[in-house]
Amino acid sequence: MAVEPAIEVTQIALTLKEQLPILQIVVPFVAAPLIVFFGSRSLTWPITFAASAISLWISVALLLQVADGGFISYQIGGWAPPLGIEYRVDAANAYLLVLISAISTVILPYARKSVASEVARRHHTLFYACYLLCFTGLMGVVITGDAFNIFVFVEISSLSTYALIAAGAGRDKRALTAAYDYLIMGTIGATFFVIGIGFLYMATGTLNLADIAERIAEHGGNRTIHAAFAFIIVGMGLKAAIYPMHLWLPAAYTYAPSAVSAFLAATATKAAIYVILRFVFSVFQPDFAFQSLALEFILMPLAVLAMFAASFIAVFQSDLKRMLAYSSVAQIGYMVLGITLLTQTGVTATIVHLFNHGITKAALFMGAGALALRAGSSFYDRIQGMGRTMPLTSAAIVIAGLSLIGVPGTAGFISKFVLVEAALDKGWWLVALLVVFSSLLAVVYVWRVFETLYLNAPAAGTIRQEAPLSMLIPLWIMALATIYFGFDTQLTLGAARTAAEGLLAGTTGMLK
Amino acid sequence: MSWEFIVGHLPYWLFITLMMTGLYIVVAKGNYVKKIVGLNIFQTSVFMLYISIGKITGGTAPIFPLDLEVDPETVYSNPLPHVLILTAIVVGIATTALGLALIVRIREEYGSIEEDVILDIEYRLTQHENAVHGDAMGGRA
Amino acid sequence: MMQHHLILRVVVKILAPAIILFGLYVQFHGDYSPGGGFQAGVIIAAAFIIYGIVFGLKQAQQVLPGWVVHKLIALGVLIYAGTGIYSMMAGYTFLDYDGLSPAYPTGGQHNGILLVEFGVGVTVTGAMVTIYYAFAGRPPRISDEEW
Repeated sequence: MAVEPAIEVTQIALTLKEQLPILQIVVPFVAAPLIVFFGSRSLTWPITFAASAISLWISVALLLQVADGGFISYQIGGWAPPLGIEYRVDAANAYLLVLISAISTVILPYARKSVASEVARRHHTLFYACYLLCFTGLMGVVITGDAFNIFVFVEISSLSTYALIAAGAGRDKRALTAAYDYLIMGTIGATFFVIGIGFLYMATGTLNLADIAERIAEHGGNRTIHAAFAFIIVGMGLKAAIYPMHLWLPAAYTYAPSAVSAFLAATATKAAIYVILRFVFSVFQPDFAFQSLALEFILMPLAVLAMFAASFIAVFQSDLKRMLAYSSVAQIGYMVLGITLLTQTGVTATIVHLFNHGITKAALFMGAGALALRAGSSFYDRIQGMGRTMPLTSAAIVIAGLSLIGVPGTAGFISKFVLVEAALDKGWWLVALLVVFSSLLAVVYVWRVFETLYLNAPAAGTIRQEAPLSMLIPLWIMALATIYFGFDTQLTLGAARTAAEGLLAGTTGMLK
Repeated sequence: MSWEFIVGHLPYWLFITLMMTGLYIVVAKGNYVKKIVGLNIFQTSVFMLYISIGKITGGTAPIFPLDLEVDPETVYSNPLPHVLILTAIVVGIATTALGLALIVRIREEYGSIEEDVILDIEYRLTQHENAVHGDAMGGRA
Repeated sequence: MMQHHLILRVVVKILAPAIILFGLYVQFHGDYSPGGGFQAGVIIAAAFIIYGIVFGLKQAQQVLPGWVVHKLIALGVLIYAGTGIYSMMAGYTFLDYDGLSPAYPTGGQHNGILLVEFGVGVTVTGAMVTIYYAFAGRPPRISDEEW
């Protein structure tokens, strides 16, 4: 082959700052095979934690860059969009990136002890590798600006999630069937999603989200695009556990190792909700009658149903982890409700609730795991009276529980307040009333936890010792965060407003 | 619906048939391995959908000729859906392998891969749990 | 026990190296003609799997121990990501192959594809063989009557 003449290199070298969007994904992604490659148990946890912490730092740096409403576009492999894959960071997904990486970074110190007690030692390296892949997948779903890439990342996170849930089999064999059920439903959901992407590609000839949005805006909807919308909502609805499609969730969260439950409850469904938000508001602009009708008459009643039915079921549980899982389904109802309002305040409520519910649930599941560490399981009759033997853990659970109800002064109050405000703005006072009433159900199930922890004598045969410090500190960080974000709403509400504004107005660069 | 319409959309009819077959197997069959088979058929239907999108009437395989001279007259099929589906196939393999691995473990723990048997075992486990843990707290829903 | 299937054993002994060779051809000719890491990885894995099927898992694991396969999976991903990181170090975007040799972009493209596909091939080989080992390595629990 003839040697071609050397060309003048005109490329301006990219700085580290410009590489941040891809590093966000590459750091945890490379850490996972590194763990397997070294295969050393003593290195496993430090590598995982370092990767997660670096991710957190990167995501904060990204959020600071886009906080004023701009966006960053990163072209992978130098291929310009819409041909190449583009990572696009704007206020909405930078916010989610911070949420996911922050929760992961706080949970990891907790996970060390918790996983050691719940997962067999020889599985630890692979467990943390799966954890990192799941983390990578969730971050990727949020950061990417390419429709098919979302599917790939969804599958990366889902496949590792199935394995993580099945890791709970050492304690209870039902973790296996829970993982299997999730695998079946998750795959159906992801496949529905990919069918929707196929229809979109058919109708628009492109996979870049911004490009799709532009073409839909230009040519308006047609039947193919409506079919795509339906498939994408159902597919992601399965992943997000929107009410009638939530059946995989309770078993999966109950039998997974506690650290995994905490991580998934706080992040996995949130990423799916974000995808729904992104598609509903940025890609398909919901001014088509079809979309808004579907949201208003199908998703809205389902969301309200979720708030009541799932909360009601949660009241009658006798296992703390299962109760929290059902309460998650109910909380997802609030988020979906915010989307179906189709107003800026509604979307703000959804985004704020993503964050606030994330930290609240992470705290609660970590608390449940800490109790289970000492009591053997998280059944109410095993953990009763723990308010006396494990005062710090129990107090943190109660604080997070108050946030779950939405007591003023906690993070949960802010998001419910914005949601009620959004419903009233729209004139749906009945819906606003239902939100308040469903919170009363939350009072009942949180009261049961309180009653169990403080008003009963400790069960026989439990270890009467406070949880180890490595679990208490992350737990308290989360619990204090629920209080902090109940007062300082600048960070959460402010960022959520910018994000919602961007999603709705198309200033995120989705529309030029 | 004209004859041309039906024949002209043959891949789509097949896509719908395969998709429904797969979904039906996943829902109706109680055997865990059969469910995975159904899932595979379901995913295959999507491969078909994508690949039929990529077909352009009269188009040939989009491979660069060895002499590197592209005849502007030649119509090429769209390779992008094929590439996407290559990824989806790999994902499908991973899902199948993971599903089967879970089934192996389920079989080791439960001694069966039939859904009704497993549900029965789980029901009894729950009953037992309720008897042990539930009474104090008034049972579970 | 291993005295059965004489023809199979001889054929496999002859075929296995040929399969691997063909796999390497598909691997390294993949940038010019149809082929590449996925296909090559599966072909190479097929050689080990057929060897394992005929000679038994133990024999196959003497050739390719389980822990090596584990490392292979990780190594392939590291090669892939390493290529991308190298181009990032050179000041280009992730996986921009021009960054591998900025003076000769075509050559960079060429090497980049080879490297990335090599990574894919290694991982796919590892993954396929691992799947086989994982399933074949389980003690059979199903009695003959149950079929």
